[in-house]
Amino acid sequence: MTKEKERSALKFSRKVKAEAGIPTASLPDIVFMLILFFMVSTVFKEFRGIPVRLPAAKQIEKLPGKRNVVYLWADDRDRVSMDDKFIDIKEISNIMYNKLSDPMKQIRVVSMKVDQQAKMGTITQIHEELREAGGAALNVNYSTKTAN
Amino acid sequence: MVVEKKKERSSEIPTSSLADIAFLLLTFFLVTTTIDVDKGIGLVLPPKGEAKEVSKKNITNLLINAEGKVMVDDQITEIPMIRNIIKEKITRNPNLIISVKTDEKTKYLYYIQVLDQLKQANAKKISIAEPAK
Repeated sequence: MTKEKERSALKFSRKVKAEAGIPTASLPDIVFMLILFFMVSTVFKEFRGIPVRLPAAKQIEKLPGKRNVVYLWADDRDRVSMDDKFIDIKEISNIMYNKLSDPMKQIRVVSMKVDQQAKMGTITQIHEELREAGGAALNVNYSTKTAN
Repeated sequence: MVVEKKKERSSEIPTSSLADIAFLLLTFFLVTTTIDVDKGIGLVLPPKGEAKEVSKKNITNLLINAEGKVMVDDQITEIPMIRNIIKEKITRNPNLIISVKTDEKTKYLYYIQVLDQLKQANAKKISIAEPAK
């Protein structure tokens, strides 16, 4: 009698249904973590600049971050752009000096995005202006593409 | 007697759509983000008014003319050859300074190609000559 009862109980317990759903309770947490990662690691482009065709090079270095960089554009028609404004080459030293003395920004590098057809005369003039500003403005990085 | 119906109000915030909202935010950031890597050739310019006298044996002149023709120490060379020439010169004289001189009308492209060659040759002392005034 007792054995029979046990058997029936066993049979009953075997019919327990396995749960088929994926637990979704922690899904928002995972997604929020992903969002937070992207929000923190994203640095928005500050300036659009002017369209240039960058030259290619093999031996290239990465820039130290994106927040400590001043960008400067120059194209083949001797136009120079900083802070999304066309500027005269003679103004560079003053603008650079103001940027360097801004205590909120620790400028380390000047990134030059120059068109491959630009003339060296322009580049030399820019060099002169950067040397006039001195300090971190002397650290120049000629932006290039990666050559294969 | 009128029995008032007790309305049961749930006091919890519905969280079932939270994941959807979060996903929407995530896709927004994914779409608006453009990963552009800034890479290039680094160079440190000398401060203003610093002109050093260097003995001639420690200098190699590298001239680039307006047509992109390159001359290393009075020898006309092709740009891809510069790397080996400079490498050889540096092993012979580690204090060698490479003085790059360009024409006003030289294209920036050639300048970068030459600089790239010099960097590949492990040249540390590169001087960009000022134009004569």
